[in-house]
Amino acid sequence: MKSNRALSDHQVEGFIGNLLRTGVITAACIVAAGGIFYLSRRAGTVPRYAMFQGEPDFLKRMGKIFQAAFSLRSEAIIQLGILVLIAVPIARVAVSVIAFLLRRDWLYCGVTILVLAVLLFSLLGGKV
Amino acid sequence: MTTLELSAILAGASVAAGLIGSLTGLGGGVIVIPLLTLGLGIDIRYAIGASLVSVIATSSGAAAAYVREGFSNIRIGMFLEVATTLGALGGAAIALRVPPSIIAIIFGCVLLYSAYQTFRAPPEDTVNVPPDALASRLRMNGTFPTSEGIRAYNVRSVPAGFLLMAVAGAISGLLGIGSGALKVIAMDRVMKIPFKVSTTTSNFMIGVTAAASAGVYLNRGYIDPGLAMPIVLGVLGGSFLGSRLLSGARTRSLRVIFALTIVALGAEMLYNGIGGRF
Repeated sequence: MKSNRALSDHQVEGFIGNLLRTGVITAACIVAAGGIFYLSRRAGTVPRYAMFQGEPDFLKRMGKIFQAAFSLRSEAIIQLGILVLIAVPIARVAVSVIAFLLRRDWLYCGVTILVLAVLLFSLLGGKV
Repeated sequence: MTTLELSAILAGASVAAGLIGSLTGLGGGVIVIPLLTLGLGIDIRYAIGASLVSVIATSSGAAAAYVREGFSNIRIGMFLEVATTLGALGGAAIALRVPPSIIAIIFGCVLLYSAYQTFRAPPEDTVNVPPDALASRLRMNGTFPTSEGIRAYNVRSVPAGFLLMAVAGAISGLLGIGSGALKVIAMDRVMKIPFKVSTTTSNFMIGVTAAASAGVYLNRGYIDPGLAMPIVLGVLGGSFLGSRLLSGARTRSLRVIFALTIVALGAEMLYNGIGGRF
């Protein structure tokens, strides 16, 4: 940076663009890796999706998804990729909070923190 | 049908949905869900979970390209996201409580409405409107690049736009679609924001809105990895392909074909929903 001014719009946008692209590609790779693994084990089985049963705990609670993914359960690896995907827009909002903070734009800093709070409430399993 | 066959069918159909969705600008979710439920007999709750995740993927992928162009207005987007994310939480809460048949009926109506929107002429660029006190206080007025240089615009009717955005968020959370069309209407028609700024800002918002309800769906066990995997990868691949192909060529006839498909799917969703077959 030439001066001690806060980040320029251009820098912030460039950073957000890279963040989104990297995040989506990372998520897609994890999902694809888990998917290949999943199909190599389950290709011949007959799935049942006509009746809604809901996913077991290790595929819906964040901590359990991590645990199961690290013990290489294929469905949990896919789910980990999906968690990364959900985290991408959340990370983008978090970056915007910092950008508004650095510009001392308190109004939009507040607005963005509110959006971030709603997103985290949802991801961390808040009851609705 | 085995898991391998189902995955192959889902991946193929999702590539097509992503491709057509990005070429017509209508998004892939609106056809993925009817296809899964009507075509493959999959429970609509699983279909919504998988579609929602693919919406995040395509929106984030597309936004990465748009964000540099200087069209989207981050202040407007962030402010309205308060409405869409809260709306999305509300929509997800409703989805957990109403029977699938009701969701199918609402879905059918939304499909028919989107088809109707497709047939309407693209709106003329809004003439410059005088500044609005609230929008000025919120510093929403902005500029965007045109062929004749940088143009300034003013924003109107913030409260009405905010309310409509909450509805768009609720529909997104309830049905697992991006509801980009409704977001564009709120900004372009109601808030008088230039069309190009509205569409890119809407794209910026879709991923964040979908993430708000995706958390709820994940925690409630609606997102099945076996279904989400081929759909996310397929839609993502298809829309990437679409953005490469997009050179403004013959999208008019494509839109008409797509709209007619949506009408057929919407009618069938309504018919089956009313008959209680969900």
